Amino acid sequence: MSIKGEEFRPQIVAFCCNWCSYAGADLAGSSRLAYPADVKIIRVPCSCRVNPMFILRAFEKGADGVIICGCHPGDCHYSTGNYYARRRMTLLFSMLDYVGIERGRTRVEWVSAAEGVKFSQTMNEFVETIRGLGKNVRLGDLRCKK
Amino acid sequence: MQEIISRLEELFAEGKINRVLGWKKGDLPYNPEPAYFESAEALKDFVYDGFCGANLSKYFIQGSAFEGVTAILLKPCDTYSFNQLIKEHRVDREKAYIIGVGCKGKLNVEAIKAMGIKGITDIKGAEIDGDCKELTVETLYGDKIVAYKDAMLERCHVCKGKEHMVYDELLLESADTLDGDRFAGVEAIEAMSPEEKFEFFRKELSKCIRCNACRNVCPACSCRKCVFDSNKFDSEQKANVDPFNESMFHIIRAFHVAGRCTDCGECSRVCPQGIPLHLFNRKFIKDINEYYGDFIAGENAEEKGPLTNFTLDDMEASERR
Amino acid sequence: MHGIGVFVCHCGSNIAATVDVKKVVEMARLEPGVVHAEDYQYMCSEAGQEKIAAAIREKNLKGIVVCSCSPRMHEATFRKCAEKAGINPYMVEIANIREQCSWIHKDIAEGTEKAVILTRAAIAKVNLNTSLVPGESLVTKRALVIGGGIAGIQTALDIADAGYEVDIVEKTPSIGGKMAQLDKTFPTLDCSACILTPKMVDAAAHEKITLYTYSEIEKVSGFVGDFTVEIRKKARYVNMDKCTGCGVCMEKCPSKKALSEFNAGLNTRPAIYTPFAQAIPNVPVIDPTQCTKLKTGKCGLCERFCQAGAIDYTQQDEIVTQKYGAIVVATGFDVIKLDNYDEYAYSQSKDVITSLELERIMNAAGPTKGHLERMSDGKHPKNIVFIQCVGSRCNDSKGKPYCSKICCMYTAKHAMLIRDKYPDVNVTVFYIDVRTPGKNFDEFYRRAVEEYGVNYVKGQVGKVTPEPDGSLTVHGVDLLENKQLKVSADMVVLAAAIEPNPAVRKIATMLTASIDTNNFLTEAHPKLRPVESPTAGVFLSGVCQGPKDIPETVSQAGAAAIKVVGLLAKDKLLTNPCTAKPDELRCNGCSVCANVCPYGAISYEDKLVNDHGVRETRRVAVVNSALCQGCGACTVACPSGVMDLQGFSNRQIIAEVDAICR
Repeated sequence: MSIKGEEFRPQIVAFCCNWCSYAGADLAGSSRLAYPADVKIIRVPCSCRVNPMFILRAFEKGADGVIICGCHPGDCHYSTGNYYARRRMTLLFSMLDYVGIERGRTRVEWVSAAEGVKFSQTMNEFVETIRGLGKNVRLGDLRCKK
Repeated sequence: MQEIISRLEELFAEGKINRVLGWKKGDLPYNPEPAYFESAEALKDFVYDGFCGANLSKYFIQGSAFEGVTAILLKPCDTYSFNQLIKEHRVDREKAYIIGVGCKGKLNVEAIKAMGIKGITDIKGAEIDGDCKELTVETLYGDKIVAYKDAMLERCHVCKGKEHMVYDELLLESADTLDGDRFAGVEAIEAMSPEEKFEFFRKELSKCIRCNACRNVCPACSCRKCVFDSNKFDSEQKANVDPFNESMFHIIRAFHVAGRCTDCGECSRVCPQGIPLHLFNRKFIKDINEYYGDFIAGENAEEKGPLTNFTLDDMEASERR
Repeated sequence: MHGIGVFVCHCGSNIAATVDVKKVVEMARLEPGVVHAEDYQYMCSEAGQEKIAAAIREKNLKGIVVCSCSPRMHEATFRKCAEKAGINPYMVEIANIREQCSWIHKDIAEGTEKAVILTRAAIAKVNLNTSLVPGESLVTKRALVIGGGIAGIQTALDIADAGYEVDIVEKTPSIGGKMAQLDKTFPTLDCSACILTPKMVDAAAHEKITLYTYSEIEKVSGFVGDFTVEIRKKARYVNMDKCTGCGVCMEKCPSKKALSEFNAGLNTRPAIYTPFAQAIPNVPVIDPTQCTKLKTGKCGLCERFCQAGAIDYTQQDEIVTQKYGAIVVATGFDVIKLDNYDEYAYSQSKDVITSLELERIMNAAGPTKGHLERMSDGKHPKNIVFIQCVGSRCNDSKGKPYCSKICCMYTAKHAMLIRDKYPDVNVTVFYIDVRTPGKNFDEFYRRAVEEYGVNYVKGQVGKVTPEPDGSLTVHGVDLLENKQLKVSADMVVLAAAIEPNPAVRKIATMLTASIDTNNFLTEAHPKLRPVESPTAGVFLSGVCQGPKDIPETVSQAGAAAIKVVGLLAKDKLLTNPCTAKPDELRCNGCSVCANVCPYGAISYEDKLVNDHGVRETRRVAVVNSALCQGCGACTVACPSGVMDLQGFSNRQIIAEVDAICR
């Protein structure tokens, strides 16, 4: 994959919990399971650490897609964190749909430390979706004041 | 109204209360404002009529710091907010003597103005003791008759009911004003295409001047220090320097009150730009009801809110409708 | 922050092959605050670490970023290195440019670009890092075990053998638990009492073990290493020091109508009683709901006959307060109530019994002295039907969704023992599945079928109807033959589901240990930390965590014990410094954060604050950093963003976001 001048390269932020998904990403790495360099990972202790402010901030600063990865429900290192994250993200993303943000720009995926393959596949899919959607213009500024 | 005043005078005389949190006459016939009354004599300025839409719950955060007992007047819908504030330890129930007052629907002068009525000098028929069927709007150009219902606030058309959720005593009758579908507005937006939705909100939110009236009036927005004034997120207000708080303000505000918002409708009532802000809160309420079961914030002061709770088999974000 | 050093590792060619490390160094130098940047072949090697240490000392670095492999690999290494060189170990951030970059990208331009961005994000974060110091807390070298069944006994013995003091709190008058009620144990068929009672004696005799029987947990406060527990010793009305255990009181007691708990309610016991003959301690208690003296003031026979003068009707409950470093929950199980299963006629016929009742009937010390008899008329049954999964594996709200795990094996045991002792009795078992994973388990079940001729029928039973002649008709279905069956039986045995002891809810609340929808205690990690509760210092032993048989219970008991010993062996505990921290001045005291805390680490205090000159008392959140594990759930629940997580603060994460999206 080479950087072509004209090709749209999305900016993607992935929040990964330290215990499962970050380890899943490490496994994808050590298994040499490629996914586009557009994805940049931010390590958080748990998916429940992800504040909606972080997600909106990313979009506002020019991210084209944001994905949250955590332990599978029931496997959270802190036992309940991902359950709270699930509710928060469901409601936040539903709100973003509601204000007209393309549905594909946000995603939650549960990836265990053993699921390197799933991590890589998920990121490939997600980048593909975002490429299809193109540049994020709407969430840059909802008020569209120039 | 006299009934309330007499009762308050009685309570003062009996030494049961030290002050009253109510409404006083404004500078215009249709803008009474929240006020503390420190004595029976001060009650001469007291008013309770169809324009007393203001929810006094939030003012009791301040009231809780005062010495002694404060009588607070709450309409049925205001009691949800009060309960929520009790739950969040923001008000001191012990210091409140809650008089649940009846409500026959609250009026919105903007709705009258929207009928093309200009030069309003006085409005008759807004007295709570009346039948609340008709308003006589006196204008520079003569009297206009307006149906009471047509001049009501949006929230009264989707009224939560005549029951007070928390009170020490009740005064005055309430009337049924419910004649609309609470979620119709949200559903209409949900039915739009993403482009139309974005266009709708872009148009509405472009009107926002960040005056913070919605935040200041909201009983759920009762934080000592708002996150938008906090340096913890690099989101503090730096006028026109950082657009972050500008662009995301309403989404974040709605999220912060999700599961705590009682849908009291004050945000829309006070917005000087007429932005239908309740459409954000109500979207969260609708989603919460649909996804996690019916929940009414402030119905009681004990139950866990939907965002501080979960079930093992909650739906996934990808399954959202 | 000024004084950041960036160290880019080649990892041999692992990184250097697809990332232009020189370029990363060059770009890092341009970032604000960076005063030093270099690359080296192996940063984690001794020589590499020495380079870092030297740079810290020579350039007076305040924080460092190491661009290398995953922090899960070497974060600890570089933190130690930084600490040795004289800076706080938490002033270190890792940019993962191997697993997340060089290993997955083939194109060097692309890999380098991403490595630069990841480095930038790490620099942005370290800019906002603060020195963090792990807290220390002392460890009380004493453990509490709640529950005196086989799980609790084994855990206590193992801890005590390692040299630590242990207290067992058991709510019934004797230790022994459910295992004491069992007749034989599968798959070896050895006598339950014969293997259990010596352990009970060991526990009672052990110099490091203190038994609190007929006692309950009243209150728990504190945290790992330093719990304070109030134990209610219920009034026995018998002086434990004076009683000789002669048993005369029990013989003489005229009130003998109470149903025997130990015999599963199949016969009665006196008002003054020990649950069973081998009870430990062998000191009776007076049941105040049954005792005529305590109820009416008349009688007093036991006092008159007690030569030791041990009877004391004036005894009161006593509260004992004790400190512990660790707590083990071993509260075990109960058989479910069968109210929802009236179709099996349990409440209508004495001959429909649970398996636990059958244990007592089969036991020589039981109500029938071990003879297989019908409870209705004492007759020897000719046809016995066992019904499996009564209340287990239920999808509706009537029963439990889980498999009770032990029923398949104990039913095979009962069937086999009955066929062995009474070859004239026909035994039919209705089952959904027979599940026999475990050492020698399947062999055992096959013996029941093949050698003992037990008739296993795959299918469920719809109902059991008592007939006028005293027999029972079992209406079932044979799924393999696809036909309805009507079986006439003299006795029906229900394999009723097991559930956690109902008292566990209260105990879990006191311990702030989490519990699942079925009231089983939740483990800290279902695979990797199965005997620890998510609440630090609380450990799980036995069925309170999930259905299990005796060998599994004993293994788990040992595992819990070693975890406790590992904790008690330490004099001090270092606490994870990446904990939640509220901003007192801005806190609303709204309690939202405590609602989502899985560890009960947040409490509220009325504190006098000085908010820019305004002095007032406010209700504010306080985090106990010994309990907080740093998940961050509270930070998002907090509506005003007052709760922050050290090491992963809002500003740090936002700085990372900004650096990535720049």
